[in-house]
Amino acid sequence: MADLHFGDDKPSDIEREAVDSVVIDTLGPAVVHEHERLVRGGTERRNERRHLLLPVLHALQRAAGWISPGGLNYASEQLQVPPAEAYGVATFYEMFRSTDPGHSDDVVHVCVDAACQIADSQAVIDQLEAEGRHVHRSPCLGQCERPTALFIQGRGRPDRVEADSNLEQFTAVPQASASGGDGTMAKGEPLRLLKRVGVVDPSSIESYIAAGGYQSLAAAIARGPEGVVSEVSDSGLMGRGGAAFPTGFKWKAVAEAAGDIKHVVVNADESEPGTFKDRVLIENDPFSVIEAATIAGYATGATKGWIYIRGEYPLATERLRTAIEQARSAGYLGDDVASSGFSFDMEVRRGAGAYICGEETALFNSLEGFRGEPRQKPPFPTTNGLFDQPTAINNPETLVNVLDIVVDGGAAYKAIGTEGSAGTKLFCVSGHLAKPGVYELAFGATLGELIDMAGGPIGELRAIMLGGAAGSFVGADQLDMPLSFEGAREAGVSLGSGVVMAFNDTVDFGAVFTRLAEFFRNESCGQCVPCRIGTVRQHEVLLNSGGNPVNGQSELLADIDLAMKDASICGLGHTAATAVRSGIALGLIGAQS
Amino acid sequence: MTATEPVSQPAEVETSVTLNINGTAVEVPEGASVLDACTAAGIDTPTLCYAENLTPVNACRVCVVEQEGSRTLIPSCSRQASEGMNIQTDSERVRHSRKMVLEFLGSGVDLSQAPELEQWSEVYGADPGRYGESAAKIEEEVRIQDELYIRDYDKCVLCYKCVEACGDDAQHTFAIAVAGRGFDARIRTEFDTELPDSACVYCGNCVAVCPTNALQFKTEFDLRSADKWQPEEQSVTQTVCSYCGVGCNLELHVQDETIVKVTSPNDHSVTSGHLCIKGRFGWSYVHGQ
Repeated sequence: MADLHFGDDKPSDIEREAVDSVVIDTLGPAVVHEHERLVRGGTERRNERRHLLLPVLHALQRAAGWISPGGLNYASEQLQVPPAEAYGVATFYEMFRSTDPGHSDDVVHVCVDAACQIADSQAVIDQLEAEGRHVHRSPCLGQCERPTALFIQGRGRPDRVEADSNLEQFTAVPQASASGGDGTMAKGEPLRLLKRVGVVDPSSIESYIAAGGYQSLAAAIARGPEGVVSEVSDSGLMGRGGAAFPTGFKWKAVAEAAGDIKHVVVNADESEPGTFKDRVLIENDPFSVIEAATIAGYATGATKGWIYIRGEYPLATERLRTAIEQARSAGYLGDDVASSGFSFDMEVRRGAGAYICGEETALFNSLEGFRGEPRQKPPFPTTNGLFDQPTAINNPETLVNVLDIVVDGGAAYKAIGTEGSAGTKLFCVSGHLAKPGVYELAFGATLGELIDMAGGPIGELRAIMLGGAAGSFVGADQLDMPLSFEGAREAGVSLGSGVVMAFNDTVDFGAVFTRLAEFFRNESCGQCVPCRIGTVRQHEVLLNSGGNPVNGQSELLADIDLAMKDASICGLGHTAATAVRSGIALGLIGAQS
Repeated sequence: MTATEPVSQPAEVETSVTLNINGTAVEVPEGASVLDACTAAGIDTPTLCYAENLTPVNACRVCVVEQEGSRTLIPSCSRQASEGMNIQTDSERVRHSRKMVLEFLGSGVDLSQAPELEQWSEVYGADPGRYGESAAKIEEEVRIQDELYIRDYDKCVLCYKCVEACGDDAQHTFAIAVAGRGFDARIRTEFDTELPDSACVYCGNCVAVCPTNALQFKTEFDLRSADKWQPEEQSVTQTVCSYCGVGCNLELHVQDETIVKVTSPNDHSVTSGHLCIKGRFGWSYVHGQ
């Protein structure tokens, strides 16, 4: 054995089986040569084995209910990862325990973030605990249209979301809410991104193809890689994950980057509180995401596709895996995609509960088996992404837009929406509204129109959260705001991932903002000082003031905000105080009495 | 490292870049960092997680500067200087962020044995007290598990230097890593296993790079506990390690005719400041023990 040191703790039989099921069954046991020096757990090992660390930890957690010293030791040995680093990874994620839970039951994760908080998720927690269930207070679970959100982490059996079992109701929600029942958006335009939701059978490629599926891939292949990049550039498509970066620009950079191996990563780590659009899209139309990712691979010259999906989305994960298998069997993935000679295959990886892993470089680290800490940029993912190789990383919704672009052309796509915001956008509508759900609108519709589509407010509308916890609050007087990147910018807010959460005048905003601050405190990765300590100090100001910062406390929050905005490494710190400060500006909290 | 001697630059044909710092043109070799350029311009920059013998991790953010055209401030230690950059090192934004970083650290971490940080805190007017008595602090027991070094994580600013020195920047032992997340993140062996049972090989390179004395040689810790630690009374003698033929330079820190710690110069071509257990701790025979 080379130079890694392992302790004496041995795995139990079930732990050994759990690790073997992920590692040995696919790669065989680790063989370490005498002369081998292991740099960072072995540079080659890193590409070959280390990226299996997260799947292995999931397997251990499910089998044993925690990551035990024996289990970690065995996993570290098989993956050739230093145990201290594996422990650092295991303790990074919400879904892994590093202490013995002392029971062998499932654990119920109950959402305590805004949409569920105002629906009194605390009462659900109290009830579950009274029933003797093991409850974990969870950050947003991405089921904001059906509060209180629950996710059950299985012990010895798969994780599940009980609401998923009522599929009829489930698939009906987005279609009905998006369209008012007739498949159209506001202003009578047809649905584009949601057109197959509730229409196709998400577990059947035949159903997808019958509904027009894989015509876009054929159109892409007819255009050639450069043609696809050029149409996507002309379309004006911008990223839908929150940063609104031009997709064509990104793809062009990856296509032109030097490197034999390139990647497409689908960032489905949808964790922004209030966001659930990608879940609805993937659960109901998984093939569209796979087809679009394949087109991204074709356009950029990537041969390897990854979908990193948040760990709390078991149904979406299962449907993606099934869809990938079917696509492979049908020749739409593999060595010769659609008989075009292009080679591209995909793999699904589950996150394990870490908001920060939605940040693209943190996601790469997480996928590679490291702590999900953001990297410094530059260099950017287009040249130094996953495994330090050129990578196109896109949000699922962004990708699905490409399906129409390659068929109709960039110019036709650009004609939809507004001057500065091309296309349609999915909005995650929740909170005090009659019909919460995912709504698709062409950019430029107003906030008021969207709220009307969602059946209008329940009670007296007081404020609306736009863009999620990293976004900001606006008042009920902002209903004329056009929902477009430029319209939001003009109003000094951001559309972010498309969150529109309504709050009526019965809401205890002090509690809402205190929890928002707690969310960032809990989700900061801890790498940089401004965010690691700034988020704590912000939360303390809200705690100490009972959610009502007055006098000097608002100035203190402004100081903290500026330092986090200016000096944090990544977007988490940059936006961690935005919502709280907007709440103060609106007088939702901090009003002098 | 100074701007004219970049570590990774071979001494062949050197190309240079010119950037503006506080309005003055500064020429540095290609590949130099903005921090190198600041140093070349005679500007003193606070650093914490940066060390000349380690890869920059840009985690502490105390060295941030303002770059024209950049939405946020940039870390000077890890950002490569490029032609035509316009850098401000003393703007209001820079002063604010540096102050806040120092203030955040001062409010949560014991900086009493990090005099340089305390000086910078004064320069930037950091006021850790304004977060009140209830502000969360790092509270950890001192870990004394052997006679070689101790770990006092109350003083840990999480600069990652020890992790880097233990890992692929020097020792390749990987005995420690950051565990946990956010404010609860700590430097740990797996499951906080005691050092003698961990992968630790007692090279002491982590101790040598620690900027706040969270990691201390046991000799220093004992003397401090007895109120007998007197760095101003210490002399430093340079010698070459006698154990093997590598030729590591040693600096023997001597107080009252007793060796109290051993370091190696960061600019030494053999060690880059790093040693093994023999050079670092194998000196008791000098005193006939």
